[in-house]
Amino acid sequence: MPVSIRDGRPVWQRRTPARQWAIWAAWLALVVLTVYCWQVMNRGTIWAFVEDAPQQAADLLSRSWPPAWHYLDRLWWPLWDTVNIATLGTLLGIVFAVPVAFLAASNTSPSTAILRPLALFIIVASRSINSLIWALLLVAIIGPGLLAGIMAIALRSIGFIGKLLYEAIEEIDPAQVEAVSATGASRLQVMDYAVVPQILPAFSGISVFRWDINIRESTILGLVGAGGIGVQLESSLARLAWSEVTVIFAVILVTVIVSEWVSAKVRQAFI
Amino acid sequence: MLRVEGLTKRYKAGDHALKGVSFTVEPGQVVGLIGPSGAGKSTLIRCVNRLVDPTAGKVFLNDAEITSGAGDLRRVRRRIGMIFQEYALVERLTVMENVLSGRLGYVSFWRSFFRRFPAGDIEQAFRLLDRVGLTEHADKRADALSGGQRQRVGIARALEQNPELLLIDEPTASLDPKTSRQIMRLIVEICRESNLPAIINIHDVALAQMFVDRIIGLRAGEVVFDDVPSRLDNAALTAIYGEEDWAAMRKTAEDDAEDDAEATQARIERMAGLV
Repeated sequence: MPVSIRDGRPVWQRRTPARQWAIWAAWLALVVLTVYCWQVMNRGTIWAFVEDAPQQAADLLSRSWPPAWHYLDRLWWPLWDTVNIATLGTLLGIVFAVPVAFLAASNTSPSTAILRPLALFIIVASRSINSLIWALLLVAIIGPGLLAGIMAIALRSIGFIGKLLYEAIEEIDPAQVEAVSATGASRLQVMDYAVVPQILPAFSGISVFRWDINIRESTILGLVGAGGIGVQLESSLARLAWSEVTVIFAVILVTVIVSEWVSAKVRQAFI
Repeated sequence: MLRVEGLTKRYKAGDHALKGVSFTVEPGQVVGLIGPSGAGKSTLIRCVNRLVDPTAGKVFLNDAEITSGAGDLRRVRRRIGMIFQEYALVERLTVMENVLSGRLGYVSFWRSFFRRFPAGDIEQAFRLLDRVGLTEHADKRADALSGGQRQRVGIARALEQNPELLLIDEPTASLDPKTSRQIMRLIVEICRESNLPAIINIHDVALAQMFVDRIIGLRAGEVVFDDVPSRLDNAALTAIYGEEDWAAMRKTAEDDAEDDAEATQARIERMAGLV
């Protein structure tokens, strides 16, 4: 009990002494762990390399500058491909994620015994594998190119959108659902009139957020042959053409800034 | 006309919410259902339109049984309008869409999905919005309205069903005293106009006595009072709620009647302690 009697008056403390000691012990354990991890990290470090890191970095920067702006001409198509991979992949992901989310949410799932666990499994399976690894698998299965990239983005997006959307569905106000049900509305009509309006802001926010992430992810898919600007990035890196790499980085940066601006606008529009 | 016979509800958790409740409501009669929290008021009205399925007992609406087994749930619910505590409007839909959602039991999914309701339904929605004084708000989103206006939309939505019965769950729970009276007056007037029976769950005993035709007092799932409001004396209130200083509440109610507009926060606090 945090309340004790001292000199005949009740004294209140936030925690019991035992709890207080436990918290101190936990902090101590954290410090010990940090010291240990520091040692593990330093074991494999070749300090000679670290010591000349500033020179190496300066050298790399000097090779990267000035950017080879003429290389831009050969980036427009791959950039367009990248945006398409992200957009089509997100749309495809949404198409599958929405029904999965409705099956996974405990308040809309038609069968909590079979369909709900299945939907939750689909979400976990999709989320547990990174887009780059999905792309690796798909390039092996359907060959290199845009299609593999789009599918990889879609497969990863199903889990992300599905999870956030089903959590949004579970948080809706049940009174509105009850009121629409009480009018004699069918199951589908209750979805349309009471559930969908409540999750629409969350849905649009989640979708553009995922699209925003997918723009960034699709820039690296080319590293494993799944199309987009990553193909150019890989070839420039392989040729040690650092001034081209600078241009690619600049293009990616501008694209991400634009996509972030677009997603902020869309989210504002749907509140 | 509504007839309830031996309605019993036992929840899975073991709560015996209703223990054989029976009563009849005549056309046009407005019944106030009072009783302490947990007495089963909410369960009772939800058993009537089968938002909750009763364990035993029967409900007849205009001589047709509507309890489980008797007909399609959708057809039963669309005959009964319900008005909710805290309005329960779909906040992000417009006032018009909320009112038209009263027709969902009658139109097909695709018609409702594309919001292509029959012209008659739309005409009726405009007429009802006019009746509750919200014509110019038809295009606003429900969450842009004040509390009293939202409850008017709730009333219009229930009436849009062309109901044979109104179930009203704490219609004034989050409204100020003046708006509460206006809403109660509107409900009672509408029931008189169309000879509609209604059951109103209500915590505010004084407000109930002011407007309803008949009061049913529920305690622990049983009817302990069923009479006209004027017969609700201190002994009856004690039977329903338990021992309290009921004379003080009566005095407050009289003060209110004299001074309708000047209902003060102090009164609400005193009332909150009582009922």
